[in-house]
Amino acid sequence: MTEYVLIESRDPFESRDTEFVEQTAIAISERGHPVTVFLVQNGVFAARKTAARFKRLTDAGLLLLADDFSLRERGIKPSELAQGIQESGISSLVDAITQPNTKAIWH
Amino acid sequence: MKERTLTLALMDPPYESANSTTAFRIIHAALEQGINVNVFAYEGAVCLSLKDQTPHANPVKGTSVDDEEHPTTKAFVSSLLAEGAKRPRLTWVNCGLCVDERGATNAVDGVRRGSPADFFAMVGESTNTLVIPTK
Repeated sequence: MTEYVLIESRDPFESRDTEFVEQTAIAISERGHPVTVFLVQNGVFAARKTAARFKRLTDAGLLLLADDFSLRERGIKPSELAQGIQESGISSLVDAITQPNTKAIWH
Repeated sequence: MKERTLTLALMDPPYESANSTTAFRIIHAALEQGINVNVFAYEGAVCLSLKDQTPHANPVKGTSVDDEEHPTTKAFVSSLLAEGAKRPRLTWVNCGLCVDERGATNAVDGVRRGSPADFFAMVGESTNTLVIPTK
């Protein structure tokens, strides 16, 4: 079984192609592979509870992480994160993508 | 655990995108965890390590170079190469064709000129590869 780490760097309010990550994550998960979605840079705008962008993913039990540095840069507090999305750090991302049999995809 | 190696392919030129900052953070975090890192700088990313970069004053605000503490990407590259000089090791290769196109031959110490064949070899020896493309 292959683990997938999808890294979303794009602002969902800037481009509709951020749906690519949501759709890809669901498709991979439905095929039985563990999926982590790591939000970074403007991608963390989707992590706010008021944005409600990733409910399908959190409902499906996928691991959603938001980069702490990117959150601080944009003044987003951990209390503002949607349910199911955890604040994380770049070290966690590095550890995840350097595990055997793991694919890392940047978007 | 077996020694880990992460390869990054970078494409963004300096001062254009948050991708460069994130890439530097990933490299630093990997070295801190004892993970070897290979960087293949492609397209505009070959200018990240350009030695001719100079910090500048801000005449609009009337501040000096020292006041500004303007960060240059070449300084970040040099710092990371110093951190990854032994074990874990950071290997930084600039695409030679991209360097020639941009006249960006004057790179900081520790950066090597190479080709996509180096990237192919890096991928083969790595635990994983992350490509950070331009948007």
